[in-house]
Amino acid sequence: MNDNNIPHIKSAETRYLEEREALFRGLQRLDRRGFFRVSGGATAAAIAAGVGFPFHSFLPINVAYADASGGSQGFTFAYISDSHLYARKTNERFVRQLLRAVDDVNSLDPQPDFVLYGGDLAQLGRKEELDLGAQILKALKAPVRMMVGEHDWYFDMGRHWNALFGPETYSFDHKGVHFVVLMSVQEKDFWTARGLSPAERMHTVAGLDNALQSAFEVGTPQREWLKKDLERVPASTPLIVFSHSPLYKLYRPWNFWTDDAEDVQAILQRFDRVTVLHGHTHQVLTNRIGNIQFHGMLSTAWPWPYAPQGLPALTVQMNRPNPFNPADGLGDGSATVHPDGLVDKLYNLWNRNPTQVKANYLSSGGKSDIPAAPKLASY
Amino acid sequence: MKPPAFLPLVLLALAGSAYADEAASKPRSSPVPGSKEVRLCDNKTAVKVSNETPRTAAEGQKIADALMAQWKAKNPNKDWVAGEVAAHQVVPPEDNSKVVGSGQSSTYGAVTQQDVQVWDNESYKFAVYGSEVFHSGEELGSEIAVSCDMCHPRAANTHPETYPKFQPQLGRVALLRDMINWCIEHPVRGKVLAPDDPKMRALEAYILAQRKGVALDYGKR
Repeated sequence: MNDNNIPHIKSAETRYLEEREALFRGLQRLDRRGFFRVSGGATAAAIAAGVGFPFHSFLPINVAYADASGGSQGFTFAYISDSHLYARKTNERFVRQLLRAVDDVNSLDPQPDFVLYGGDLAQLGRKEELDLGAQILKALKAPVRMMVGEHDWYFDMGRHWNALFGPETYSFDHKGVHFVVLMSVQEKDFWTARGLSPAERMHTVAGLDNALQSAFEVGTPQREWLKKDLERVPASTPLIVFSHSPLYKLYRPWNFWTDDAEDVQAILQRFDRVTVLHGHTHQVLTNRIGNIQFHGMLSTAWPWPYAPQGLPALTVQMNRPNPFNPADGLGDGSATVHPDGLVDKLYNLWNRNPTQVKANYLSSGGKSDIPAAPKLASY
Repeated sequence: MKPPAFLPLVLLALAGSAYADEAASKPRSSPVPGSKEVRLCDNKTAVKVSNETPRTAAEGQKIADALMAQWKAKNPNKDWVAGEVAAHQVVPPEDNSKVVGSGQSSTYGAVTQQDVQVWDNESYKFAVYGSEVFHSGEELGSEIAVSCDMCHPRAANTHPETYPKFQPQLGRVALLRDMINWCIEHPVRGKVLAPDDPKMRALEAYILAQRKGVALDYGKR
Protein backbone atom coordinates (compact mmCIF):
# COMPACT_ATOMS: atom_id res chain seq x y z
CA MET A 1 0.00 0.00 0.00
CA ASN A 2 1.20 3.46 -0.86
CA ASP A 3 2.00 5.68 2.16
CA ASN A 4 0.66 8.69 0.33
CA ASN A 5 -2.90 7.36 0.59
CA ILE A 6 -2.77 7.29 4.41
CA PRO A 7 -1.45 10.66 5.40
CA HIS A 8 -1.36 10.06 9.17
CA ILE A 9 0.46 6.78 9.11
CA LYS A 10 3.92 6.89 7.60
CA SER A 11 6.66 4.37 7.77
CA ALA A 12 9.86 5.21 9.65
CA GLU A 13 11.66 5.24 6.34
CA THR A 14 9.24 7.74 4.77
CA ARG A 15 9.46 10.02 7.79
CA TYR A 16 13.25 9.86 7.69
CA LEU A 17 13.35 10.68 3.99
CA GLU A 18 10.94 13.60 4.44
CA GLU A 19 12.93 14.99 7.34
CA ARG A 20 16.15 14.62 5.45
CA GLU A 21 14.68 16.43 2.46
CA ALA A 22 13.36 19.20 4.70
CA LEU A 23 16.74 19.51 6.38
CA PHE A 24 18.52 19.85 3.06
CA ARG A 25 15.97 22.38 1.81
CA GLY A 26 16.52 24.36 4.99
CA LEU A 27 20.26 24.11 4.69
CA GLN A 28 20.07 25.34 1.14
CA ARG A 29 18.07 28.39 2.20
CA LEU A 30 20.34 28.95 5.16
CA ASP A 31 23.33 28.65 2.91
CA ARG A 32 22.08 31.20 0.48
CA ARG A 33 21.03 33.64 3.21
CA GLY A 34 24.24 33.09 5.05
CA PHE A 35 26.13 33.62 1.88
CA PHE A 36 24.40 36.94 1.32
CA ARG A 37 25.10 38.00 4.88
CA VAL A 38 28.74 37.24 4.46
CA SER A 39 28.80 38.84 1.05
CA GLY A 40 27.74 42.11 2.67
CA GLY A 41 31.34 42.60 3.61
CA ALA A 42 32.58 41.19 0.34
CA THR A 43 30.18 42.95 -2.03
CA ALA A 44 32.96 45.06 -3.45
CA ALA A 45 35.07 42.05 -4.25
CA ALA A 46 32.11 40.18 -5.71
CA ILE A 47 31.09 43.05 -7.95
CA ALA A 48 34.66 43.62 -9.04
CA ALA A 49 34.57 39.97 -10.14
CA GLY A 50 31.62 40.82 -12.38
CA VAL A 51 28.75 39.59 -10.22
CA GLY A 52 25.99 41.96 -9.07
CA PHE A 53 23.23 41.14 -6.62
CA PRO A 54 19.97 42.98 -7.08
CA PHE A 55 17.95 43.78 -3.98
CA HIS A 56 14.54 42.29 -3.25
CA SER A 57 15.60 39.04 -4.82
CA PHE A 58 17.79 36.19 -3.67
CA LEU A 59 18.67 35.18 -7.17
CA PRO A 60 22.06 36.44 -8.26
CA ILE A 61 22.37 37.58 -11.84
CA ASN A 62 25.61 37.95 -13.67
CA VAL A 63 26.43 41.37 -14.98
CA ALA A 64 29.76 41.85 -16.66
CA TYR A 65 30.80 45.47 -16.59
CA ALA A 66 33.92 47.14 -17.79
CA ASP A 67 36.54 48.03 -15.24
CA ALA A 68 35.93 51.22 -13.36
CA SER A 69 37.87 53.95 -15.03
CA GLY A 70 36.75 56.33 -12.28
CA GLY A 71 37.78 53.91 -9.58
CA SER A 72 34.32 53.19 -8.10
CA GLN A 73 33.99 49.90 -6.25
CA GLY A 74 30.28 49.38 -6.86
CA PHE A 75 27.70 49.58 -4.11
CA THR A 76 24.03 50.19 -3.45
CA PHE A 77 21.99 52.85 -1.73
CA ALA A 78 18.28 52.85 -0.93
CA TYR A 79 15.78 55.69 -1.17
CA ILE A 80 12.59 56.83 0.52
CA SER A 81 10.84 59.95 -0.76
CA ASP A 82 7.82 62.26 -0.67
CA SER A 83 6.13 61.14 2.56
CA HIS A 84 4.17 64.40 2.99
CA LEU A 85 3.62 63.96 6.72
CA TYR A 86 0.98 65.92 8.54
CA ALA A 87 0.99 65.91 12.33
CA ARG A 88 0.25 62.40 13.59
CA LYS A 89 -3.19 63.36 14.92
CA THR A 90 -4.19 64.91 11.58
CA ASN A 91 -3.32 61.99 9.34
CA GLU A 92 -1.92 58.71 10.59
CA ARG A 93 -2.12 57.06 7.14
CA PHE A 94 0.89 58.91 5.76
CA VAL A 95 2.76 58.09 8.97
CA ARG A 96 2.06 54.36 8.59
CA GLN A 97 3.19 54.47 4.98
CA LEU A 98 6.53 56.06 5.87
CA LEU A 99 6.98 53.45 8.61
CA ARG A 100 6.40 50.77 6.00
CA ALA A 101 9.18 52.20 3.82
CA VAL A 102 11.53 52.33 6.81
CA ASP A 103 10.73 48.65 7.47
CA ASP A 104 11.42 47.81 3.83
CA VAL A 105 14.82 49.45 3.88
CA ASN A 106 15.76 48.03 7.27
CA SER A 107 14.99 44.52 6.04
CA LEU A 108 17.40 44.79 3.11
CA ASP A 109 20.19 42.29 3.55
CA PRO A 110 22.90 43.32 3.01
CA GLN A 111 22.12 46.83 4.16
CA PRO A 112 22.59 49.66 1.66
CA ASP A 113 25.58 51.96 2.14
CA PHE A 114 23.18 54.81 2.88
CA VAL A 115 19.56 55.89 2.44
CA LEU A 116 18.65 58.95 0.39
CA TYR A 117 15.58 60.80 1.64
CA GLY A 118 14.24 62.48 -1.51
CA GLY A 119 12.41 65.52 -0.06
CA ASP A 120 8.87 66.48 0.97
CA LEU A 121 9.15 64.83 4.35
CA ALA A 122 6.46 67.26 5.60
CA GLN A 123 3.23 68.30 3.90
CA LEU A 124 2.93 71.88 5.16
CA GLY A 125 6.46 72.52 6.45
CA ARG A 126 5.38 72.67 10.10
CA LYS A 127 7.75 71.99 12.96
CA GLU A 128 5.69 69.05 14.28
CA GLU A 129 5.59 67.47 10.82
CA LEU A 130 9.35 67.71 10.30
CA ASP A 131 10.04 66.57 13.88
CA LEU A 132 7.80 63.54 13.37
CA GLY A 133 9.60 62.68 10.13
CA ALA A 134 13.03 63.08 11.69
CA GLN A 135 12.00 60.81 14.54
CA ILE A 136 10.74 58.09 12.17
CA LEU A 137 13.85 58.26 9.96
CA LYS A 138 16.04 57.75 13.05
CA ALA A 139 14.85 54.12 13.00
CA LEU A 140 16.77 53.51 9.77
CA LYS A 141 19.79 51.31 10.35
CA ALA A 142 21.83 52.73 7.48
CA PRO A 143 23.02 56.36 7.49
CA VAL A 144 20.57 58.84 5.95
CA ARG A 145 21.33 61.57 3.40
CA MET A 146 18.63 64.24 3.42
CA MET A 147 17.30 66.31 0.53
CA VAL A 148 14.78 69.11 0.90
CA GLY A 149 11.50 69.49 -1.00
CA GLU A 150 9.16 72.44 -1.45
CA HIS A 151 6.72 71.08 1.15
CA ASP A 152 9.51 71.21 3.75
CA TRP A 153 10.55 74.73 2.87
CA TYR A 154 7.89 77.35 2.27
CA PHE A 155 6.38 77.73 5.73
CA ASP A 156 9.53 79.02 7.45
CA MET A 157 11.83 79.13 4.38
CA GLY A 158 13.76 76.09 5.53
CA ARG A 159 14.63 77.26 9.02
CA HIS A 160 13.44 74.20 10.91
CA TRP A 161 14.55 71.78 8.20
CA ASN A 162 18.06 73.28 8.37
CA ALA A 163 18.03 73.05 12.17
CA LEU A 164 17.17 69.36 11.99
CA PHE A 165 19.20 68.20 9.01
CA GLY A 166 21.85 70.84 8.26
CA PRO A 167 22.51 72.67 4.99
CA GLU A 168 20.21 71.89 2.06
CA THR A 169 23.03 71.98 -0.51
CA TYR A 170 26.10 69.82 -0.06
CA SER A 171 28.33 67.23 -1.68
CA PHE A 172 30.19 64.14 -0.57
CA ASP A 173 32.35 61.37 -1.97
CA HIS A 174 31.53 57.72 -1.57
CA LYS A 175 33.51 54.79 -2.95
CA GLY A 176 34.86 56.76 -5.87
CA VAL A 177 31.58 58.50 -6.79
CA HIS A 178 31.05 62.22 -6.26
CA PHE A 179 27.55 62.97 -4.92
CA VAL A 180 25.86 66.38 -5.06
CA VAL A 181 22.63 67.25 -3.26
CA LEU A 182 20.84 70.33 -4.64
CA MET A 183 17.94 72.47 -3.45
CA SER A 184 16.17 72.67 -6.81
CA VAL A 185 12.82 74.06 -5.60
CA GLN A 186 13.70 77.76 -5.26
CA GLU A 187 10.72 79.90 -6.24
CA LYS A 188 10.70 83.58 -7.12
CA ASP A 189 8.90 85.72 -4.52
CA PHE A 190 5.21 85.49 -5.42
CA TRP A 191 4.00 86.06 -1.85
CA THR A 192 5.15 89.55 -0.79
CA ALA A 193 3.21 91.42 -3.47
CA ARG A 194 0.12 89.38 -2.67
CA GLY A 195 0.55 89.90 1.05
CA LEU A 196 0.44 86.18 1.80
CA SER A 197 1.11 84.85 5.29
CA PRO A 198 3.70 82.05 5.69
CA ALA A 199 0.82 79.53 5.97
CA GLU A 200 -0.82 80.88 2.81
CA ARG A 201 2.50 80.83 0.97
CA MET A 202 3.04 77.21 2.00
CA HIS A 203 -0.51 76.27 1.07
CA THR A 204 -0.04 77.77 -2.41
CA VAL A 205 3.19 75.85 -3.03
CA ALA A 206 1.64 72.67 -1.59
CA GLY A 207 -0.95 72.60 -4.42
CA LEU A 208 0.71 70.85 -7.35
CA ASP A 209 -1.69 72.45 -9.84
CA ASN A 210 -1.74 75.87 -8.13
CA ALA A 211 -0.82 78.43 -10.77
CA LEU A 212 -0.13 81.30 -8.32
CA GLN A 213 3.34 79.97 -7.53
CA SER A 214 6.41 80.42 -9.71
CA ALA A 215 8.59 77.83 -11.42
CA PHE A 216 11.19 75.84 -9.52
CA GLU A 217 14.84 76.68 -10.11
CA VAL A 218 18.28 75.92 -8.75
CA GLY A 219 19.18 79.60 -8.96
CA THR A 220 22.38 81.50 -9.70
CA PRO A 221 24.08 81.30 -6.26
CA GLN A 222 23.66 77.55 -6.13
CA ARG A 223 24.82 77.08 -9.71
CA GLU A 224 27.94 79.08 -8.84
CA TRP A 225 28.44 76.83 -5.81
CA LEU A 226 28.01 73.77 -8.04
CA LYS A 227 30.64 74.99 -10.53
CA LYS A 228 33.08 75.56 -7.70
CA ASP A 229 32.30 72.24 -6.06
CA LEU A 230 32.93 70.36 -9.32
CA GLU A 231 36.12 72.22 -10.22
CA ARG A 232 38.33 69.78 -8.37
CA VAL A 233 36.49 66.69 -9.67
CA PRO A 234 37.98 65.01 -12.78
CA ALA A 235 35.61 64.30 -15.67
CA SER A 236 36.21 60.57 -15.35
CA THR A 237 34.74 60.51 -11.83
CA PRO A 238 31.18 59.21 -11.83
CA LEU A 239 28.77 61.90 -10.68
CA ILE A 240 25.40 61.33 -8.99
CA VAL A 241 23.16 64.34 -8.39
CA PHE A 242 20.10 64.41 -6.12
CA SER A 243 17.48 67.08 -6.83
CA HIS A 244 13.90 67.20 -5.62
CA SER A 245 12.44 68.40 -8.93
CA PRO A 246 13.52 66.72 -12.18
CA LEU A 247 16.52 68.63 -13.56
CA TYR A 248 14.81 68.97 -16.92
CA LYS A 249 11.62 70.49 -18.30
CA LEU A 250 8.70 68.11 -18.42
CA TYR A 251 5.42 69.88 -17.57
CA ARG A 252 5.34 73.42 -16.22
CA PRO A 253 1.74 73.52 -14.81
CA TRP A 254 2.68 70.88 -12.20
CA ASN A 255 6.27 72.08 -11.71
CA PHE A 256 7.55 68.79 -13.14
CA TRP A 257 10.17 71.28 -14.17
CA THR A 258 13.34 73.14 -13.24
CA ASP A 259 13.46 76.55 -14.88
CA ASP A 260 17.25 76.75 -15.18
CA ALA A 261 17.63 73.05 -16.03
CA GLU A 262 19.69 73.75 -19.18
CA ASP A 263 22.19 75.82 -17.19
CA VAL A 264 22.60 73.06 -14.63
CA GLN A 265 22.92 70.42 -17.36
CA ALA A 266 25.64 72.55 -18.99
CA ILE A 267 27.65 72.44 -15.76
CA LEU A 268 27.33 68.64 -15.66
CA GLN A 269 28.17 68.21 -19.33
CA ARG A 270 31.92 67.68 -19.07
CA PHE A 271 31.54 64.53 -16.95
CA ASP A 272 31.60 61.12 -18.60
CA ARG A 273 28.84 59.60 -16.48
CA VAL A 274 26.15 61.56 -14.66
CA THR A 275 23.01 60.22 -12.99
CA VAL A 276 20.29 62.42 -11.51
CA LEU A 277 17.78 61.03 -9.01
CA HIS A 278 14.78 63.24 -8.31
CA GLY A 279 11.62 63.13 -6.21
CA HIS A 280 8.49 65.27 -6.64
CA THR A 281 6.93 63.30 -9.51
CA HIS A 282 5.76 60.27 -7.44
CA GLN A 283 6.09 57.83 -10.34
CA VAL A 284 8.41 55.73 -12.47
CA LEU A 285 10.05 58.32 -14.69
CA THR A 286 13.06 57.83 -16.95
CA ASN A 287 14.97 60.23 -19.16
CA ARG A 288 18.34 60.74 -20.74
CA ILE A 289 19.79 64.00 -22.02
CA GLY A 290 23.27 63.51 -23.50
CA ASN A 291 25.53 62.12 -20.81
CA ILE A 292 22.95 62.56 -18.05
CA GLN A 293 20.60 59.76 -16.99
CA PHE A 294 17.53 60.72 -14.96
CA HIS A 295 15.40 58.60 -12.64
CA GLY A 296 12.35 59.54 -10.59
CA MET A 297 11.49 58.20 -7.15
CA LEU A 298 8.28 56.73 -5.78
CA SER A 299 6.31 58.46 -3.04
CA THR A 300 5.10 56.86 0.17
CA ALA A 301 2.08 59.21 0.38
CA TRP A 302 0.18 59.26 -2.93
CA PRO A 303 0.93 58.65 -6.63
CA TRP A 304 0.75 61.35 -9.31
CA PRO A 305 -0.69 60.68 -12.76
CA TYR A 306 1.59 61.11 -15.74
CA ALA A 307 1.62 64.65 -17.11
CA PRO A 308 -0.59 65.15 -20.17
CA GLN A 309 2.38 66.44 -22.19
CA GLY A 310 6.14 66.26 -22.23
CA LEU A 311 6.69 62.68 -21.08
CA PRO A 312 10.26 61.63 -22.02
CA ALA A 313 10.34 59.02 -24.78
CA LEU A 314 12.45 56.67 -22.65
CA THR A 315 9.87 56.52 -19.84
CA VAL A 316 8.08 53.20 -19.65
CA GLN A 317 5.05 54.11 -17.56
CA MET A 318 4.14 52.23 -14.42
CA ASN A 319 0.63 50.78 -14.39
CA ARG A 320 -1.87 53.44 -13.46
CA PRO A 321 -2.65 53.07 -9.74
CA ASN A 322 -5.86 51.32 -8.84
CA PRO A 323 -7.95 53.43 -6.43
CA PHE A 324 -9.53 50.27 -4.98
CA ASN A 325 -6.10 49.03 -3.97
CA PRO A 326 -4.80 51.11 -1.03
CA ALA A 327 -1.18 52.23 -1.33
CA ASP A 328 -1.04 51.17 -5.00
CA GLY A 329 1.54 53.10 -7.00
CA LEU A 330 3.50 53.84 -3.84
CA GLY A 331 6.77 52.42 -2.59
CA ASP A 332 10.46 52.99 -2.11
CA GLY A 333 13.50 51.56 -3.81
CA SER A 334 17.20 51.41 -4.31
CA ALA A 335 19.98 52.12 -6.75
CA THR A 336 22.82 49.79 -7.64
CA VAL A 337 25.89 51.78 -8.56
CA HIS A 338 28.10 49.73 -10.84
CA PRO A 339 31.87 49.92 -10.79
CA ASP A 340 31.71 52.13 -13.90
CA GLY A 341 29.55 54.59 -11.92
CA LEU A 342 26.29 54.07 -13.79
CA VAL A 343 23.12 53.29 -11.89
CA ASP A 344 20.48 50.55 -12.14
CA LYS A 345 17.40 52.03 -10.54
CA LEU A 346 14.93 49.81 -8.69
CA TYR A 347 11.36 50.94 -8.03
CA ASN A 348 10.01 48.81 -5.20
CA LEU A 349 6.27 49.23 -5.87
CA TRP A 350 4.49 47.93 -2.79
CA ASN A 351 1.51 46.33 -4.50
CA ARG A 352 3.19 45.27 -7.71
CA ASN A 353 6.29 43.59 -9.00
CA PRO A 354 9.38 45.73 -8.55
CA THR A 355 10.52 47.49 -11.71
CA GLN A 356 14.17 47.90 -12.56
CA VAL A 357 15.37 50.51 -15.02
CA LYS A 358 18.90 49.61 -15.94
CA ALA A 359 21.71 51.93 -16.91
CA ASN A 360 22.14 49.83 -20.02
CA TYR A 361 18.56 50.63 -21.08
CA LEU A 362 19.41 54.33 -21.00
CA SER A 363 22.94 53.99 -22.41
CA SER A 364 21.59 52.00 -25.37
CA GLY A 365 18.96 54.67 -26.04
CA GLY A 366 16.16 52.30 -25.09
CA LYS A 367 17.31 49.45 -27.33
CA SER A 368 18.22 46.84 -24.73
CA ASP A 369 17.07 45.87 -21.23
CA ILE A 370 13.67 47.41 -21.91
CA PRO A 371 11.53 47.45 -18.74
CA ALA A 372 8.16 45.65 -18.85
CA ALA A 373 5.41 47.69 -20.51
CA PRO A 374 2.39 48.64 -18.37
CA LYS A 375 -0.82 46.63 -18.77
CA LEU A 376 -2.92 49.66 -17.84
CA ALA A 377 -1.40 52.92 -19.09
CA SER A 378 -2.83 56.40 -18.48
CA TYR A 379 -6.23 57.28 -19.95
CA MET B 1 -10.67 82.80 -18.39
CA LYS B 2 -13.73 84.86 -17.73
CA PRO B 3 -14.04 87.38 -14.92
CA PRO B 4 -17.40 87.28 -13.12
CA ALA B 5 -18.29 90.67 -14.55
CA PHE B 6 -22.04 90.05 -14.70
CA LEU B 7 -22.69 90.54 -10.97
CA PRO B 8 -21.69 94.22 -10.76
CA LEU B 9 -23.53 94.79 -14.04
CA VAL B 10 -26.76 93.40 -12.64
CA LEU B 11 -26.37 95.36 -9.42
CA LEU B 12 -25.68 98.53 -11.33
CA ALA B 13 -28.73 98.02 -13.45
CA LEU B 14 -30.90 97.46 -10.41
CA ALA B 15 -29.49 100.40 -8.50
CA GLY B 16 -29.92 102.57 -11.55
CA SER B 17 -33.51 101.52 -12.09
CA ALA B 18 -34.41 101.98 -8.42
CA TYR B 19 -33.11 105.50 -8.61
CA ALA B 20 -34.89 106.12 -11.88
CA ASP B 21 -38.23 104.86 -10.51
CA GLU B 22 -37.99 107.19 -7.56
CA ALA B 23 -37.11 110.02 -9.87
CA ALA B 24 -39.97 109.32 -12.25
CA SER B 25 -42.54 109.61 -9.47
CA LYS B 26 -41.47 113.20 -8.73
CA PRO B 27 -41.68 116.14 -11.04
CA ARG B 28 -38.21 116.89 -12.34
CA SER B 29 -38.47 120.62 -12.14
CA SER B 30 -38.94 121.07 -8.37
CA PRO B 31 -37.00 118.67 -6.12
CA VAL B 32 -38.49 118.28 -2.64
CA PRO B 33 -35.93 119.17 0.06
CA GLY B 34 -34.51 116.24 2.05
CA SER B 35 -33.21 112.88 0.93
CA LYS B 36 -34.28 109.43 -0.05
CA GLU B 37 -32.83 105.97 0.42
CA VAL B 38 -31.62 103.94 -2.54
CA ARG B 39 -31.34 100.21 -1.92
CA LEU B 40 -29.52 97.39 -3.59
CA CYS B 41 -31.37 94.27 -4.73
CA ASP B 42 -30.48 92.58 -1.41
CA ASN B 43 -32.89 95.11 0.16
CA LYS B 44 -30.32 95.74 2.92
CA THR B 45 -27.48 97.73 1.41
CA ALA B 46 -28.63 101.35 1.16
CA VAL B 47 -27.33 104.89 0.64
CA LYS B 48 -29.02 108.18 1.38
CA VAL B 49 -29.26 110.42 -1.67
CA SER B 50 -30.10 114.08 -1.36
CA ASN B 51 -33.10 115.17 -3.36
CA GLU B 52 -30.93 118.03 -4.62
CA THR B 53 -28.67 115.58 -6.44
CA PRO B 54 -28.63 116.38 -10.13
CA ARG B 55 -30.16 113.57 -12.16
CA THR B 56 -27.26 112.80 -14.43
CA ALA B 57 -25.66 109.57 -15.48
CA ALA B 58 -22.50 110.54 -13.58
CA GLU B 59 -24.41 111.01 -10.32
CA GLY B 60 -26.23 107.71 -10.87
CA GLN B 61 -22.89 106.00 -11.32
CA LYS B 62 -21.65 107.51 -8.05
CA ILE B 63 -24.66 106.09 -6.19
CA ALA B 64 -24.18 102.68 -7.76
CA ASP B 65 -20.46 102.75 -6.87
CA ALA B 66 -21.26 103.67 -3.27
CA LEU B 67 -23.70 100.76 -3.04
CA MET B 68 -21.24 98.33 -4.58
CA ALA B 69 -18.46 99.49 -2.24
CA GLN B 70 -20.69 98.78 0.75
CA TRP B 71 -21.74 95.42 -0.63
CA LYS B 72 -18.14 94.42 -1.33
CA ALA B 73 -17.09 95.37 2.20
CA LYS B 74 -19.83 93.12 3.55
CA ASN B 75 -18.90 90.28 1.18
CA PRO B 76 -15.13 89.88 1.29
CA ASN B 77 -15.31 86.58 -0.64
CA LYS B 78 -17.05 88.27 -3.57
CA ASP B 79 -14.21 87.54 -5.99
CA TRP B 80 -14.16 83.83 -5.24
CA VAL B 81 -14.53 82.91 -8.90
CA ALA B 82 -11.59 85.07 -9.98
CA GLY B 83 -9.58 83.88 -6.97
CA GLU B 84 -10.22 80.21 -7.66
CA VAL B 85 -9.51 80.57 -11.36
CA ALA B 86 -6.22 82.38 -10.71
CA ALA B 87 -5.04 79.43 -8.61
CA HIS B 88 -6.62 76.54 -10.50
CA GLN B 89 -7.25 76.72 -14.19
CA VAL B 90 -10.78 75.63 -15.08
CA VAL B 91 -11.58 74.84 -18.70
CA PRO B 92 -14.20 77.37 -19.93
CA PRO B 93 -17.48 76.11 -21.41
CA GLU B 94 -18.28 76.01 -25.12
CA ASP B 95 -18.38 79.47 -26.70
CA ASN B 96 -21.97 79.86 -27.85
CA SER B 97 -21.62 83.31 -29.41
CA LYS B 98 -22.16 81.80 -32.86
CA VAL B 99 -25.85 81.18 -32.04
CA VAL B 100 -26.47 84.86 -31.21
CA GLY B 101 -29.27 86.09 -33.46
CA SER B 102 -30.62 82.65 -34.24
CA GLY B 103 -34.26 82.26 -33.34
CA GLN B 104 -36.67 80.13 -31.39
CA SER B 105 -34.36 78.80 -28.70
CA SER B 106 -34.94 81.71 -26.40
CA THR B 107 -38.11 82.62 -24.52
CA TYR B 108 -38.20 86.02 -26.19
CA GLY B 109 -37.23 85.00 -29.70
CA ALA B 110 -33.70 85.28 -31.00
CA VAL B 111 -30.75 84.45 -28.79
CA THR B 112 -29.00 87.58 -27.57
CA GLN B 113 -25.42 88.21 -26.54
CA GLN B 114 -26.73 88.51 -23.00
CA ASP B 115 -28.35 85.04 -23.14
CA VAL B 116 -25.03 83.58 -24.20
CA GLN B 117 -23.16 85.43 -21.48
CA VAL B 118 -25.56 84.23 -18.79
CA TRP B 119 -25.29 80.61 -20.00
CA ASP B 120 -21.50 80.77 -20.04
CA ASN B 121 -21.19 82.58 -16.73
CA GLU B 122 -23.51 80.23 -14.88
CA SER B 123 -22.01 77.05 -16.32
CA TYR B 124 -18.48 78.26 -15.70
CA LYS B 125 -19.21 79.48 -12.18
CA PHE B 126 -20.59 76.06 -11.26
CA ALA B 127 -17.49 74.25 -12.56
CA VAL B 128 -15.30 76.76 -10.69
CA TYR B 129 -17.19 76.00 -7.49
CA GLY B 130 -16.48 72.35 -8.18
CA SER B 131 -12.78 73.19 -8.46
CA GLU B 132 -12.93 74.85 -5.06
CA VAL B 133 -14.45 71.72 -3.47
CA PHE B 134 -12.07 69.44 -5.40
CA HIS B 135 -9.04 71.28 -4.00
CA SER B 136 -10.20 71.54 -0.39
CA GLY B 137 -10.03 68.75 2.17
CA GLU B 138 -12.13 70.95 4.43
CA GLU B 139 -14.96 71.36 1.88
CA LEU B 140 -14.83 67.63 1.18
CA GLY B 141 -15.16 66.86 4.87
CA SER B 142 -11.87 64.94 4.97
CA GLU B 143 -10.84 63.76 8.41
CA ILE B 144 -7.22 63.43 7.28
CA ALA B 145 -6.71 66.67 5.30
CA VAL B 146 -6.73 64.91 1.93
CA SER B 147 -8.28 66.48 -1.18
CA CYS B 148 -8.99 65.16 -4.68
CA ASP B 149 -6.20 67.17 -6.34
CA MET B 150 -3.55 65.25 -4.37
CA CYS B 151 -3.95 62.29 -6.75
CA HIS B 152 -5.71 64.15 -9.57
CA PRO B 153 -4.05 67.52 -10.31
CA ARG B 154 -6.39 69.40 -12.66
CA ALA B 155 -8.67 66.36 -12.45
CA ALA B 156 -6.10 64.28 -14.40
CA ASN B 157 -6.81 60.54 -14.53
CA THR B 158 -10.44 60.95 -13.44
CA HIS B 159 -11.58 59.81 -16.92
CA PRO B 160 -15.27 60.77 -16.55
CA GLU B 161 -15.85 59.69 -20.16
CA THR B 162 -15.47 56.02 -19.16
CA TYR B 163 -18.62 55.93 -16.96
CA PRO B 164 -20.99 54.23 -16.54
CA LYS B 165 -19.02 51.01 -16.14
CA PHE B 166 -19.35 47.90 -14.04
CA GLN B 167 -17.15 48.01 -10.95
CA PRO B 168 -16.92 44.59 -9.30
CA GLN B 169 -15.58 46.28 -6.15
CA LEU B 170 -18.86 48.21 -5.85
CA GLY B 171 -20.98 45.31 -7.05
CA ARG B 172 -22.80 47.43 -9.56
CA VAL B 173 -22.49 49.73 -12.51
CA ALA B 174 -20.75 52.88 -11.32
CA LEU B 175 -21.56 56.38 -12.47
CA LEU B 176 -19.00 59.15 -12.08
CA ARG B 177 -20.71 60.21 -8.85
CA ASP B 178 -20.34 56.70 -7.42
CA MET B 179 -16.59 56.83 -7.96
CA ILE B 180 -16.45 60.35 -6.49
CA ASN B 181 -18.26 59.05 -3.43
CA TRP B 182 -15.98 56.04 -3.22
CA CYS B 183 -12.96 58.34 -3.21
CA ILE B 184 -14.57 60.65 -0.64
CA GLU B 185 -15.25 57.72 1.65
CA HIS B 186 -11.89 55.94 1.30
CA PRO B 187 -8.80 57.91 0.21
CA VAL B 188 -10.28 61.22 1.40
CA ARG B 189 -11.95 59.65 4.43
CA GLY B 190 -15.06 61.84 4.54
CA LYS B 191 -18.81 61.26 4.48
CA VAL B 192 -20.48 60.31 1.19
CA LEU B 193 -22.49 63.04 -0.52
CA ALA B 194 -26.11 62.70 -1.63
CA PRO B 195 -26.36 62.50 -5.45
CA ASP B 196 -28.07 65.92 -5.54
CA ASP B 197 -25.78 67.54 -2.96
CA PRO B 198 -24.59 70.87 -4.42
CA LYS B 199 -20.99 69.79 -3.77
CA MET B 200 -21.45 66.51 -5.62
CA ARG B 201 -23.10 68.30 -8.54
CA ALA B 202 -20.28 70.85 -8.62
CA LEU B 203 -17.57 68.15 -8.43
CA GLU B 204 -19.14 66.40 -11.41
CA ALA B 205 -19.31 69.71 -13.26
CA TYR B 206 -15.61 70.44 -12.64
CA ILE B 207 -14.41 66.96 -13.56
CA LEU B 208 -16.47 66.92 -16.76
CA ALA B 209 -15.40 70.48 -17.62
CA GLN B 210 -11.71 69.54 -17.37
CA ARG B 211 -12.28 66.69 -19.82
CA LYS B 212 -14.02 68.88 -22.41
CA GLY B 213 -13.64 67.60 -25.95
CA VAL B 214 -12.82 63.98 -25.07
CA ALA B 215 -15.15 61.48 -26.76
CA LEU B 216 -17.57 59.57 -24.53
CA ASP B 217 -16.47 55.99 -24.15
CA TYR B 218 -18.62 54.35 -21.53
CA GLY B 219 -17.45 51.05 -20.07
CA LYS B 220 -13.79 51.71 -21.00
CA ARG B 221 -11.06 50.34 -18.74
